[in-house]
Amino acid sequence: MSGQMIGVDVGGTFTDVFVLNEAAGSASVAKVPTTRPDQSVGFLDGIGREVDTLSEVAVVVHGTTAGTNALLERKGAKTGVICTAGLRDVLEMRRRDRPRTWGLRGDFEPVVDRRDRLEVQERTLADGSIRTPVDLDAVRMAARQLCDQGCKAVAVLFANAYANPENEAAAVAAVREVWPNPHVSASSEILPEIREFERFSTTALNAYLQPEVSGYLGRLETALTEGGFDGEFMIVQSNGGVMTVDTACRLPVRTALSGPAAGVIAAGYIAGVAGFDNVITGDMGGTSFDVSLIAGGQSILSPQTSIDFGMVVRNPMIEITTIGAGGGSIAWVDKGGLLNIGPESAGSDPGPVAYGLGNDRPTVTDANVVLGRIDPDNPIGGKLDRLDIEAAGRAIDAHVGAPLGLDTVAAAEAILRVANSRMAGAIRLVSIERGFDPKRFAFMPFGGGGALHAGAMLAEVGIARAIVPRYPGVTSAMGCVIADMRQDFVQTVNTLVDTLDEAALGDFMQANTDDGMALLEASRTSFEAREASFTLDMAYVGQTHTVSVPLDVTMVDDKVTPPSKAEIEVAFDTTYQATFGRLLQNGTRRILNLRTAVTGKRPKFDLATLAPGTTGSVAPTATRKVHFGNVWLETAIHDRLSLPVGAVINGPAILTQPDTTVLIEPGLAGKVDRFGNTIIEPVEGDA
Amino acid sequence: MTEIDPITLSVLAGRMEQIADEMDATLFRAAFNPIIAEAHDASHGLYHATTGDTLVQGKSGLPIFVGVMSFAVKAVIEKAAADGDLENGDIYIFNDAHIGGTHLSDMRLVRPYFHNGKLFCFLASVGHWHDVGGAVPGNYNPGATEVFQEAFVLPPVKLARKGTVNQDIIDILLRNTRLPQSAMGDLNGQLGALDLGVQRMDELLTEYGGDTITAALEALGNRAEALMRAELAELPDGRWEAEDFLDNDGIIDEALKIRVALEIKDDRMVLDFSGSSPQCAGPVNIALPTTAAAAYVAIKHVFPALPANAGVMRPIEVIVPEGSLLSAEFPAPTGGYTETILRMIDVVFSAFAQAAPDRVVANAYGTINALSIAGKRSDGTAWVMFSFYGGGHGGSVESDGLNHGNAPISTATIPPMEILEAAYPVMFRTWALRPDSGGAGAHRGGMGAVYEIEVLEENGAEAFLFGERGRFAPKGIVEGGDGAMNHFTFEQSDGWQAPPLASKMRGIKLTQGQAVRLETPGGGGYGPAAAREARAVARDVARGLVSADQADTDYGTAWREVTV
Repeated sequence: MSGQMIGVDVGGTFTDVFVLNEAAGSASVAKVPTTRPDQSVGFLDGIGREVDTLSEVAVVVHGTTAGTNALLERKGAKTGVICTAGLRDVLEMRRRDRPRTWGLRGDFEPVVDRRDRLEVQERTLADGSIRTPVDLDAVRMAARQLCDQGCKAVAVLFANAYANPENEAAAVAAVREVWPNPHVSASSEILPEIREFERFSTTALNAYLQPEVSGYLGRLETALTEGGFDGEFMIVQSNGGVMTVDTACRLPVRTALSGPAAGVIAAGYIAGVAGFDNVITGDMGGTSFDVSLIAGGQSILSPQTSIDFGMVVRNPMIEITTIGAGGGSIAWVDKGGLLNIGPESAGSDPGPVAYGLGNDRPTVTDANVVLGRIDPDNPIGGKLDRLDIEAAGRAIDAHVGAPLGLDTVAAAEAILRVANSRMAGAIRLVSIERGFDPKRFAFMPFGGGGALHAGAMLAEVGIARAIVPRYPGVTSAMGCVIADMRQDFVQTVNTLVDTLDEAALGDFMQANTDDGMALLEASRTSFEAREASFTLDMAYVGQTHTVSVPLDVTMVDDKVTPPSKAEIEVAFDTTYQATFGRLLQNGTRRILNLRTAVTGKRPKFDLATLAPGTTGSVAPTATRKVHFGNVWLETAIHDRLSLPVGAVINGPAILTQPDTTVLIEPGLAGKVDRFGNTIIEPVEGDA
Repeated sequence: MTEIDPITLSVLAGRMEQIADEMDATLFRAAFNPIIAEAHDASHGLYHATTGDTLVQGKSGLPIFVGVMSFAVKAVIEKAAADGDLENGDIYIFNDAHIGGTHLSDMRLVRPYFHNGKLFCFLASVGHWHDVGGAVPGNYNPGATEVFQEAFVLPPVKLARKGTVNQDIIDILLRNTRLPQSAMGDLNGQLGALDLGVQRMDELLTEYGGDTITAALEALGNRAEALMRAELAELPDGRWEAEDFLDNDGIIDEALKIRVALEIKDDRMVLDFSGSSPQCAGPVNIALPTTAAAAYVAIKHVFPALPANAGVMRPIEVIVPEGSLLSAEFPAPTGGYTETILRMIDVVFSAFAQAAPDRVVANAYGTINALSIAGKRSDGTAWVMFSFYGGGHGGSVESDGLNHGNAPISTATIPPMEILEAAYPVMFRTWALRPDSGGAGAHRGGMGAVYEIEVLEENGAEAFLFGERGRFAPKGIVEGGDGAMNHFTFEQSDGWQAPPLASKMRGIKLTQGQAVRLETPGGGGYGPAAAREARAVARDVARGLVSADQADTDYGTAWREVTV
C-alpha cells in the first residue's frame, strides 16, 4: 500500500481525523470542532491540520452523522410518495405503536406530508400475481404533481413489490423519465423484503436523505479533488463496511449509524490483533453509554433500528445498545428516595456543573471531578481552561447529598456506584441476550469517559481484563481506515423448504453476488480477498420470529453452487438447536428471506505503527489525591503516550492523554502492550 | 430485618427488573404464536412469597398483566396451602379467569422459588395462547353465555412436581386446542423463561444473600407507596364522577353502564365503581382480579413514572359492587374482558380530567376490535386470520392525539398487511387513516383507521367480530369533542350490511370477492374546539384528515383565511 490513508469521523461535538502513513511508519490524529450546519468545513479543516498535500493521499474514508442528523432534526428534502391505491397512510400509521408505554401522550408526523402521498391504481398479490396492472399515465401525472408541489425526491411504494417488482419497476421507469433529478427511490430496489411499513419507511427515508446527503458528499468530493486529491473517497455504512460515494448517494439511508459503526470495527480489530477475539465495547459520551459485542472477531448485526419514534430503517446495522448513562447524565433523587442517573443529560453544552456553562444539576462527570479522577486543570477536548470542583461539589450536596444524608464525597461515590451498575447491567443484558457469558469477554472502553469506568466494569461484571486502545478518543476515525468494503442484499423468498425451487434460490444468490462484486470492481481500492456469504431467515411454520441460518456455499470464480434442500434442512436444525436448545418434532421448515453479504477485504495496517518506543521513563509526572471507596489515596499521574512498551503501572494511578483519562484502581495494574494499548488486569496474587 | 442503604437499593432495583426483562425476552424469542412473539401479549415477574403481591415486573410485557399477575400467584398460594404440598421444582399451570383474571386465552405458569430450602418468592409467566378450544377459533366468542363456550377451563394444577414435568397435563392441554404445535411452542417458551428466572435469582442471592434481597424488596414496596402518596398529595382534594357505556353484551341488546366516583383526600384515593351495571349474560363481564388490574393500569397512565410494584396500590381503595359485571361469578363468560376494562380506563380518565386535566389525555378509541376471518382452503386445510385493529388516541394538554395507536391496555403492534396477505387468502383493499374520526378540540383526537378486507378464497369464509364503541363515542375532555364511533359493515349479494348488535357479529358468510370494512373510532379531543389555531385546522383540511364541511361545523370558517 502506498500513500496516506485518512479516516474522518464527524461526531456531534468533534471531528476526528486519523492519518496513517504506513510507508513512514507513522500515524497522527487531529481533533477539531464539528461545524454546523455544513460539516464539510470542519472535515477539510481537520484534514488540513495533519496533511500538507492531498495528492499524496490514497484513500479518504468518512464516518458521517450527516444522515442521522438530517433524520433526527427533520432536515431532509421535501419528499413525495407514489403508492398503491388504498395504502396512502402506511407511513403515518406505522405498526400501530405508541411513543411511550405509559401516559398515552405524543403524536407523530411522518417525513412525507399527506398531501405529498399520492395513490395510483395497481395491485400485486402476495403470491406475486398481478391483479391490477399499473396505470402508468396516472403514475406520470402523480410525478408531475409532486414536482409541482415542490418535492425534491420521490419514493415509489407498491404493495407486495418484494414478491414481484414488475408493477413497481414499470412505475419507477416512468417516474425517472419525468423526474428532474436522480433522487427516485423504489421499495423493491432499496429493500425487496416482506413487511410493507418497514420497506416503505426505509425507502421513504432513503429518498428523504438523498438530496441532503448526496449534496454534502458531493461538496466534500469536489473540495478534495480541487485540493489535488486523486485517491478513493469512501463512506462507512451502518453495517461497519465501507461503500463508494456513488453507492452512498444512491443509498444514503445506509449511513444512518455510520460513525458509531466505525468505532466498533476499530475496537474489534484492535482487540483481535492484541489477542482478544471476544470483546465488549463501551463508548461513553456526553449523553449515553453505547455497548456493542464482538464474538469470535465478528460484530453482531441487527436487522433494523428506529432512528426516532416511527422512523424505522431496516438494513443490517452493527448492533449498538444505548443507555442514558453518559458523562453528562444527571444524578437525581426521586420522590421515593431512590438515586437515579439520567436519562436526562446536560450533554456537552451546557455540560456538567464543573464546566461552569450554566448547568447546576450534578452529573456523572461532576462525581468524577469531585473524587479527583479528572484533572481539573487540564480538561479534555481543550475547550475549557479549568473545571470548577467547588461548584460540582455544591451541586452534588444540594441534589444528592442532602436528600440522602450523605457528605459530598460519599454522595459522589454513590453517583458513580449507581452509574456503574447501570453500565454493567447494559453489558450483562447485551451479552446474555445473545447467549454469551460476559466473564469470557474483554472490555474495551473508548470515547472520552469510558476508561474512567473500566475498573468498575471488571468488578461489577466479573470481566477479567480491560483493553484501552492507544487513541480511545479517535477510535471511530481509526475504524474508517480499517473497515472492509461490504454490501448487503436481501430478497424475500417465502417458501416451505419442501417446495423450494433450488435453482430460483441459486439465481437470487448469483444475482446478489454479481451485483456486489460489480460494486467492488467499480471501486478503485485494492482488496486482499473478496467473498460472498449467505444466510437464510428461517422458522417453523406458525412461528413468527426467524433464526438466521448461515449457509456453507461453494463458490468457484464467483459462481454460486446453490445448497440442496437437504443441506438447508441440516443447516436450519443446527442453528435452531443452538439457539433454542431443542428442535420441534414434525415441524415444517420455512424460508422467509435470503440475505447476502459481499465483502472486499481491505489490506490492514500494522497496529505496531502506533506503538511507543521500548525504552523510556515510567516515572509519574505528578501525584494527586484521588478518592477510592472510602479513602483518599495519593495517586500517581502518568503521561500515557510517553510510557514505553512493556511498562507496568500499578494502581492507584491515572494515565492522561489529550482526549482521555485512564483510571487504574487499587489492586489493578495497567500494562502497555506492544501496540501501545493499555491492558488493565488485577495485580497477580491480589485478586 | 437487614437494613439496606439507598445506593445498594438503587443497584438491586435495576438488577431485579432486569431478571424480569430477561424472562420476557426469552419467551418473546421462543414463542410460536404471533400474539406473544409480535404483540408481546405476555408478562413475567417476581411475587411475594406469602401475599403474592407484585414485587418486580418486566418492562416489555403487556400493561394489564402488571396488576393482574399477583392474583394468579395468590390463587396458587391458596391452592398449595389447601393441599399442603408446595415443593421446590413445582410448577403450577392454569387459565381460569375467575381466579386469575383477564380471559381463558391467558395461560399462567407459577413457580415457587426456594432459597436455602425455604420459599423465597414466586416467579410467574403468563402468555396469550393462540387457541384454547371453545366454540370460536381464537376464543373471542361474542355469543358465549358461559365460560364453557369460550374455551376449556383449567384450574391451578401441578404441571411439574419437584422438577419432573407431568406429561399427562400436557397431553390434556394439547388435545384441547386447534393449534397443538403452537401451544407446545408457547409452553416450552414459558418454561424456558421460568428456568432462566430461577438461574438469575440463584446468582443474585449468591451475590447479595437472602436477607439483603428481602430487605430490598420490602424497601422497594415502601418506596412505591411513598411515590404514590407524594403524587396524590399534589392533587386537589375532592370527589369527581364519570360514567360511560358498553354497546351491549353480545347477547341482549342493552347498553351497560360503567360508573366511577374518584375521591382524593390528602395522600389517599378511592375509586368507587358503585352504580355500574349488574353481571350480564354475555362475555363483557370481568372477574374481580381483572377489575383491580384495570384500575392499576388507569392509575399508571395518569402517573407514568410509578414503578410496577404493588406498593403503589396501598394508598388506594378500589370499591367494586357485588353482583356487578365488574365482579362476575363463575361460570359467567369473560372472553371480551378487554372491552370492559378499556371502558373502566375511559371513565377513570374522564373523572381525573375534572380533578387534574393536565394529567390525563382524552379517551382513546376504546375497543380492540378482535376480528377473525376463517375458512377452509381448496385442499381442505383450515385457516384463521385473527388480529386486533388500531384507532385514534385522545388529545392532551401538549399535543393532538396519536393517529392509529394501540390500546391503552396493550403495547401490541399490528402484523404487517403483507404478512397477513402472505399467510391467508385475503387482500386489503384499504389500510388507511379514517378522516373526520378524531374528536374536535384545541388539541384534536387522533384519527382511527379504515381496513377493508376482501376474501380471495374460492370457498369463501366466515367472519367474527368482537368490538365496541358502535353506539357510544370516545369522549373528549375539558370541553373537547367526541371521537367518531366504531363502524363495521360487510358485503353481501344485496349490498353492504351492518350487524344488528353494532360491533359484535358471529359467523358472517362471505363469498369470494366479498369484503368486510372496519372503520375504527378516533380519539376524543382536548380543550374547546374554538381554541384550536386556525392554521392547525387549515393544515388538517389540506391533508384531507378533516373535511372542509366538518372543519366549518367544528371550528367555524376562520381556517379558510389561512394558507398552509
